[in-house]
Amino acid sequence: MIYQDSKTLLKVRGLYATAKGIEILKGINLTVKSGEVHAIMGTNGSGKSTFAKVLAGHAAYEITGGTVVFKGKNLFDLAPEERARAGMFLGFQYPIEIPGVANNQFLRLAYNKAQVQRNKDELDPLEFDDLVREKMKLLKMDPEFLDRSVNEDFSGGEKKRNEILQMALLDPRLAILDETDSGLDIDAVRIVANGVNQLANRDNAIILITHYQRMLNYIVPDYVHVMESGRIVKSGGKELALELEAHGYDWVSGEQPATVGT
Amino acid sequence: MSVVTGDSYLKSLLQGQSQLSASPLERLNRLRANAVDRVSALRMPTIRDEEWRFTDISPLTKLSFQPIRIVSPLQVSDVEHFYLAESVTRLVFVDGVYAPHLSTQLSDISKDSSVVVSNLSAATSEDLATIEPHLGHHTEFQDNVFAALNTAFLHEGAFIIVPRNISVEMPVHLLFIATQKEVASYPRCLLIAGSGSTVTVLEDYVSLQEETYVTNTVAEIVLADNAIVNHIRIQRDSNQAFHIANCAVSLARASRYQSISVALGARISRYNLNVLLADEGAECTVDGLALISNRQLADTHTCIDHTKPHCTSRQLHKCIVDDAAHAVFNGKIMVRPDAQFTDSSQSNRNLLLTSKARVDTKPQLEIFADDVKCAHGATVGQLDNEEIFYLKSRGLSEITARNLLTYAFGAEIIDRIPIASLKFQLEQTVLEQTQKS
Repeated sequence: MIYQDSKTLLKVRGLYATAKGIEILKGINLTVKSGEVHAIMGTNGSGKSTFAKVLAGHAAYEITGGTVVFKGKNLFDLAPEERARAGMFLGFQYPIEIPGVANNQFLRLAYNKAQVQRNKDELDPLEFDDLVREKMKLLKMDPEFLDRSVNEDFSGGEKKRNEILQMALLDPRLAILDETDSGLDIDAVRIVANGVNQLANRDNAIILITHYQRMLNYIVPDYVHVMESGRIVKSGGKELALELEAHGYDWVSGEQPATVGT
Repeated sequence: MSVVTGDSYLKSLLQGQSQLSASPLERLNRLRANAVDRVSALRMPTIRDEEWRFTDISPLTKLSFQPIRIVSPLQVSDVEHFYLAESVTRLVFVDGVYAPHLSTQLSDISKDSSVVVSNLSAATSEDLATIEPHLGHHTEFQDNVFAALNTAFLHEGAFIIVPRNISVEMPVHLLFIATQKEVASYPRCLLIAGSGSTVTVLEDYVSLQEETYVTNTVAEIVLADNAIVNHIRIQRDSNQAFHIANCAVSLARASRYQSISVALGARISRYNLNVLLADEGAECTVDGLALISNRQLADTHTCIDHTKPHCTSRQLHKCIVDDAAHAVFNGKIMVRPDAQFTDSSQSNRNLLLTSKARVDTKPQLEIFADDVKCAHGATVGQLDNEEIFYLKSRGLSEITARNLLTYAFGAEIIDRIPIASLKFQLEQTVLEQTQKS
C-alpha cells in the first residue's frame, strides 16, 4: 500500500555491479518506502537475482558504482549479517540445504539474533517451539519439518515455505523475495502468497522478484518494474504486469530507463 | 608385505607373552602360538607398504611398550562419567585387564537371561563351544602384524553371545580405559549374534590421562541369518596415544550390520574394518567420522566384500581436519563375480579447516559382476561459501556460521548414533572442538 507520509526504506541510485569482471548491473535506480510492495520482473539474465544478492551482500559481486541507502545508512558499510539484523531479508531463489543443522535449531538461532536486535528476550527451545508451530500454521507446514536438517530433501515448494517461515520469524523491514513462486504449484503459490500478505504491514516493504504474473494475482504490487540488461527499463502500477503478460518482454525493449517510483 | 625375520622391535613387544597362563581352550593356545610365530616372521609396516603409504607409524617404533604390570586401582567414581545412562550391561577393561568391580554382567541383572556378556577367561565350557569356531577365525593375522600381536596376547576380552530370536533391548557397553603410560593393551571383542537376534554394542576407548600408550584391538562380529547388529565404536584415546584396530564382520543371509565409528583421539590411529557379505540379502551401513586437530593422524581402511547376490552396502565416511592434522581414508568395495544385483554406495567427504590440514582419500571399487548398482565418490573441500552466505543473510556472524557448519558436517554422522546419551555427549564434544572464536 502506498502511503504519502511513509519513510523511505531503500534508496538505490545508479547501482553498478560486476561478477568475475562482467558488468551485470548497469545503473539501477529504485526507491522503496515502507508499506509498499514492489514487483521486479524481467527475462532470465536481466540481472534481477543479482540485484537481490547485491542488496543482501553476496561476496561474489563487486559494486562498481552508485549508492544504496537502507534505513538512512550506507548499505555497503554493513556486512551481510548486519544488513539482516538491520531488517533486510532475502528469500532465496534456491534455498541452501544444510545437512546436520536441525531446522528448529537454525530458526531459533536466527530468531534470537533478531530478538537481541529488537531489544527483546531470547526464547528457550520450548518457548520457541510454541511460536514456530504457530507461524507454521500460517504456511500450512508440517511441524515435522522442524526436526529435519535445514532444507535437506525438502521439495521445491517446502523450501520456499521454509523461506517465508524465516521471514515470518525475523519480521524484516524489507523483504526481497527472489522468485519465491518458481517451482511451486498453484496451491503452494496461494499458500505462500497468503503468508506474505499476512506479514505485509505499514512498517515494512516487500520486493517481489518474479518472471510471471501469477504470483501478482495474489500479492498485489503497488509498483511493477521491468529489468533488462541490468537496468530498470520501465516502471508502472500493477497493470504493467498484466500488459507484460499479454505482450511479452519484447514489448518494453529499447525503452528509456524509467523514472517512475524513484 | 615382505617378510624379514627377527624384527627386534616386535621381539621387545612380545616380552611377557610367555608368562600368559594356558587357556582351557586348546584352540586358543594354538592360536596364540601361531600368532607368536607370525609376529616373529613379520616386520613393522612402513610407508613403503601400499597399505601404510600415508600413515607413518615410525613414531610408535621409537617407544617401548609393555603389557600392564600393576593394575590401576580404579573406583567406580573414577570412571562412572563414562557410563551410559541407557545401559547397565557393561564390561570394563582397565589397561587391557578385566575389571569385574567396574563391570555389570547380564547375569547380575537377570538370572534367567540366555544372553551371555562376559569376560573371555570366565567363559563356561558351553560358551567355549560357541566361541571356538569364531574366535580368531574372522580376523586373519597371517599378514597383519598388529592382529598377530593382539592374538599372541589373547587371554582376556569381551564376548557376547545373543541366542536366536533374542532381542537385547539395552545397548551393551564395552569400555576400555587407559590409565598408564608406556603400556601396550590388547583389547579383544567377539560378538556372536544368533539367527533373528538383535543387539546394539558400543565399543568405547577412553583415557584418564594424556599419556603415551598403545591400544591394539581386534574385534570379530558374526551375524547369523536375519540377525541385526548395531555397532558403535568410539575412539577417544589420549592425544598422545597410538590406536591400532582391526575389526572383521561376517554377515549371513538377510542379516543387517549397522556401524558408526568415530575417531577423536590418539596421536596416530588406524582402523581396519572388513565387512564380509557372505550370503544373499545381507545389508550393511558403515559410517564414520574422524574429527582431528593439531598433529593427529587418523587412518580408516574399510573393505566391504560383496560375495553373493542381492546384498546392499551403504557407506558415508567424513573427516574434519584442523590445524596440521592428517586424515586418511581407503575404502574398498569388492563385488565378486557371484554378487549380481549388488546395490552399493560409498561417499567420503572431507572438510579441511586450515591450509596445513591434509587428507588422503582413496575410494576403490572393484567390480567383477555385470548387473550391479554401485556409486562412489569423494570430496575434499573447505566450508561452502553459499552455505555461509545463507546463514549470514539470516543474521548469523561469519564465525557463528562457520562454527555451525563445521559442527553440522560432523553432526550428520553423530545424529545416526542410536544411543541418545552418547549422541548428546558426542554432540557436545563436536561442538567444543568446532567452536572457534
